[in-house]
Amino acid sequence: MNGRPALDRFLQTDPQDVGCDQAMEMLHVYAELVASGEPAQQRYPGIAAHLHACGPCGEDFEGLLAAIRGGAH
Amino acid sequence: MLVRIARGEAARRGPRLRITGPELDDLACQAAADALMAVTGKLGQFRGESRFTTWAYRFVIFEVSAKIGRHFWRHPAVQLDAEDWERLPGRFGADPAHQAEWGDLFAALRRAVDCELTPRQREVFVAIVLNDVPLDTLVIHLGSSRNAIYQVLFEARRKLRAALVANGYFSENSVGRS
Repeated sequence: MNGRPALDRFLQTDPQDVGCDQAMEMLHVYAELVASGEPAQQRYPGIAAHLHACGPCGEDFEGLLAAIRGGAH
Repeated sequence: MLVRIARGEAARRGPRLRITGPELDDLACQAAADALMAVTGKLGQFRGESRFTTWAYRFVIFEVSAKIGRHFWRHPAVQLDAEDWERLPGRFGADPAHQAEWGDLFAALRRAVDCELTPRQREVFVAIVLNDVPLDTLVIHLGSSRNAIYQVLFEARRKLRAALVANGYFSENSVGRS
């Protein structure tokens, strides 16, 4: 492992990325779409890009998804 | 219901945290209580775009997240401004046994951090990338917001990659290249 691919992925930025505030504002809508199998990524590409790149927001998304799916016991 | 969700979320994150037992449960209960306050205060903002429970759960998740950030802020192991650049390659999985393959790349990255970033961008990069400080913890330290710190890091990432592309270390679309 030379670290190059991981560094490259980390440094890549997506111009569609909406940032934390917009992503968190719509997180409940986005998570429900994902939970119901709807194409959330196509409908909200800017949120998808953000959740892919932002660790804390991605973690919040995973938590909300787990709660919706009843995994929070 | 909110307590159950908070406990579930705290337990989900628990294995990666150094918080367990009563301390973790206390964190969950405080998060649920604060989430209830948030839900009550923002009821008028619910627009029916999702189920009410999903909308309410969101506040629980946010509170658990914020309280974990504050926990690490108080944790003495968190180092915000130490600079041990030897750790940088390891952050990206570079194997010390193959330093010949990555030495130049990470030396160039360090030069770009020093030459291309503003003092604020450098501070955020060093804390989050080099020192592995959770972003939410840095938010508390700097009295900022998650979005503001993310945007600083976003711009730093963009500038660093542009510098590495300009110096031939990456191509414009080289994700996945080994």
